[in-house]
Amino acid sequence: MKGAKILVESLLKENVEVIFGYPGGSVIPFFDCLYDAPIKFILPRHEQAAAHAADGYARVTGRPGVCVATSGPGATNLTTGIATAYMDSIPMVAITGQVKTSLIGNDAFQEADLTGITRSITKHNYLVKDIGELAKTVKEAFYVASSGRPGPVLIDLPVDVQIQDAEFEYPSEVDIRSYNPTYFGHPGQIKRAIKAIYEAKKPVIIAGGGVIIAQAHEELLKFAEGIKAPVTTTLMGLGAFPSTHPLSLGMPGMHGTVYANMAITESDLLISVGCRFDDRVTGRLDAFAPDAKIVHIDIDPTSISKNIKVDVPVVGDAKNILGQLNEEIKKDKLANISGWTKKIKEWKKKHPLTYKRSSKAKIKPQYVLEEIYKQTKGEAIIVTEVGQNQMWAAQFYQYDYPRHFLSSGGLGTMGYGFPAAIGAKVAAPKKQVLDIAGDGSIQMNIQELATVATYNIGVKVVILNNNYLGMVRQWQELFYNRRYAATYLKNPDFVKVAQGYGVKGLRVKKDSEVKAAVKEILQHKGPVLADFWIEEEENVFPMVPAGEAINRMIGGMA
Amino acid sequence: MKHTIQALVENKFGVLARVASLFSARGFNIVSLAVGETEDPTISCMTMVVDAEDERILEQIKKQLNKLIDVIKVVDFTRKDYIDRDLILMKVSKEGKHKKTIEDLTKKYPVKIVEETKGYYLLEICSDRHQEEEILKELKKLEVKELVRTGKIAISK
Repeated sequence: MKGAKILVESLLKENVEVIFGYPGGSVIPFFDCLYDAPIKFILPRHEQAAAHAADGYARVTGRPGVCVATSGPGATNLTTGIATAYMDSIPMVAITGQVKTSLIGNDAFQEADLTGITRSITKHNYLVKDIGELAKTVKEAFYVASSGRPGPVLIDLPVDVQIQDAEFEYPSEVDIRSYNPTYFGHPGQIKRAIKAIYEAKKPVIIAGGGVIIAQAHEELLKFAEGIKAPVTTTLMGLGAFPSTHPLSLGMPGMHGTVYANMAITESDLLISVGCRFDDRVTGRLDAFAPDAKIVHIDIDPTSISKNIKVDVPVVGDAKNILGQLNEEIKKDKLANISGWTKKIKEWKKKHPLTYKRSSKAKIKPQYVLEEIYKQTKGEAIIVTEVGQNQMWAAQFYQYDYPRHFLSSGGLGTMGYGFPAAIGAKVAAPKKQVLDIAGDGSIQMNIQELATVATYNIGVKVVILNNNYLGMVRQWQELFYNRRYAATYLKNPDFVKVAQGYGVKGLRVKKDSEVKAAVKEILQHKGPVLADFWIEEEENVFPMVPAGEAINRMIGGMA
Repeated sequence: MKHTIQALVENKFGVLARVASLFSARGFNIVSLAVGETEDPTISCMTMVVDAEDERILEQIKKQLNKLIDVIKVVDFTRKDYIDRDLILMKVSKEGKHKKTIEDLTKKYPVKIVEETKGYYLLEICSDRHQEEEILKELKKLEVKELVRTGKIAISK
């Protein structure tokens, strides 16, 4: 069997249903085989979009997304998407063509050292020079990508290997002697965690993306209700715990809620589950949860005591560990925390997330999100770009289910949202999928209008258009004397752009039109782009200035 | 503070680059690195001397190394009993008239004169962590034309 065919057969063995990719000289043999294979193929208009779409598909399904590109520029275009997936621990297998084995290192046409370039943005990568290694490599790649702390794995495959012959034998098992993730928590550490929970008077749970990856949301709910502790969910953890639950504190950190940040600051026990204490969450480190003992549950040992000094580390899978905790915690041994619960209730009442809306003023972006939430009943998959749009989407839509909020949290990749929404919609065709975008971000992958038009992928693009790179403008307003350096955008007519691609476009300029517009967007069967002209200088509040303590917030304290 | 750690890795192409780029990407300081095959030809051993500000950084270095798929095992010699060696080859100019000093050195330390030419002595010095500083201090007295080191290798007792 030819190498290209071995690759396709291996992908079928891994139950790959869809591939996002772009052809080119070094992958023609592979594409030729793919042509007859029972695998759905989506051709975006830029390789970066292929990687983000595979990422979106993976976030919705929990299974590795697959993207493919040719050697050189095709492959380097994938790298932003690979880095995005790496930072957010998304399982992905990226396949790149490579120049002929004999030409590697010769500066051949469309040659780039992809295993070199992606070394620090993949969980692992392979250059397959020997056809005999191909099937085993694919098996390993899928295993590594989806086990332990997931991440992207790249397979670089020279074009000559694609046309060499070998026996096809797909390994039934993977045995990597140097790779054995820990899934179950150490009993001693679990005991210490339980002791800390019994002693706590002011506990807070902080849930991150790891809860979603581990499918541990039910265990988390049981755990939190069992010990009656409030739960704050990081950006990556939105949906890991129902936002509408009375114990929910919403998001912590830079644009978190006042009550989440106050609760963390005053807590005496912080139980972190699948959260790596990103600087956007912690703010100034020495003022972060200063009085709290910290229990850190994480599958990746490097996450523990990397940023925050941890008192009780528990390495393992969140689902297993929360299950172990739920089994062993005896409710009669818990301290009475009613005073703490009351205090949190007061904070929530006193400092809710808020904004000022007036039917006469320009459209408020927060209102658009609230209206989308209302009309989708919280059932839609919300994908975001990066910046103000992302934060408003995190704050003003309520996430009751995991895998319903997709956002580039770690890398903060503008241009992520639209292609990721395509991947999400392909993964869940019956769901409403909305890309909450800014006028800056959408233009980083706006060419994907062609993709949604070609395949009639019903993604709804909602542009919160303020003619600015809004988040940077906000920083300039607050910290740089309103000197708006390079943040004003002269935009095209987005409606006409959409129409040019054959996609329905509409413009919404007034507060009074928002409700009907959202309805129209949601009811339209195919893809839509809606251009909401919002208040230009609206800010995301509350806000913790970079490097400041998280209880020192601007806005939202009134 | 300097620490000697060792990584047993798969003996494959690209593994050294993975380890090296991990150090540069994460801003860890590496003082020396010695790589070679072990008794098992599928396994290479990398002995590293790292400079870690504190225990937390040292822990991160070890954990990050362990996280690399091709790393089989990481050993930290900090609290272990071990033997280590670092080989130095150096040329000492004859102009400095150091013959006597060199002869004294060969008596006191594991120093050998490997070759003598018109212009220089070629010395081989096999030091360990106990003698390293002392020897380097002595060497400063000589007129060194060229000096190369293997980097430290270590084995546990």
